[in-house]
Amino acid sequence: MSDTKKFLYVNRKAPYGTIYALESLEVVLIGAAFEQDVALAFLDDGVFQLTKGQKTDGIGVKNFSPTFRALGDYDVNKFYVEKESLEERGLTEDDLQDITYEDENDDWAEKPSIRIVTRAEMADIMADQDVVLSF
Amino acid sequence: MSTLHLVNKSPFETGTLSSCLKHCKAGDAVLLIEDGVYGAIDGSSISGEVKATVGDVALFVLDGDLSARGIDAGKMVNGTKSIGYDGFVDLVAEHDRTMSWL
Repeated sequence: MSDTKKFLYVNRKAPYGTIYALESLEVVLIGAAFEQDVALAFLDDGVFQLTKGQKTDGIGVKNFSPTFRALGDYDVNKFYVEKESLEERGLTEDDLQDITYEDENDDWAEKPSIRIVTRAEMADIMADQDVVLSF
Repeated sequence: MSTLHLVNKSPFETGTLSSCLKHCKAGDAVLLIEDGVYGAIDGSSISGEVKATVGDVALFVLDGDLSARGIDAGKMVNGTKSIGYDGFVDLVAEHDRTMSWL
């Protein structure tokens, strides 16, 4: 499949203060239909999108965080989360949702989608893409 | 393989330029547009970080945005290149991908 391209969706904004995070997720879902090699990057305030226990009743906005857990069913299972961005914000991997996918090449074993990477590794990941979409 | 990074926010209002610089690789280019052009002023609180990256990474500013804001080209960090929209197009064509730091 030589026409498959590597797409990286870069998320650098917190979830509810602006519409960027929700719009990114919408585009990821649309893009998933085109069978491309899709990965998501979360850095800077973007790491706040993945916290567990989000409850939005009090602000009258849809809680879209559960949608991240559905992306595995669309073959979107590479969630690169930057370690330094977590640390700067007082977060650890334990503060994030458990997001998993079933690996069809490994008897449908359940595997974690979130991969914690260093800032240097994130730069390498960005440099390895055909297309970068920023939100 | 190289990346063109676009920054359109003032570095004194957001950490966008700083984050961009931390993710640049040798051979990449950073183009400052709109309020991003303030990031090229030498002697500012961020110019040290900018100068530490420039060299391995090429720094450009969009001249229209610079002159609109009354910033003299002589105030730019050494090595900053001022370009127009035609140069912008060239940069996009020369690099393998463009990354917007919104």
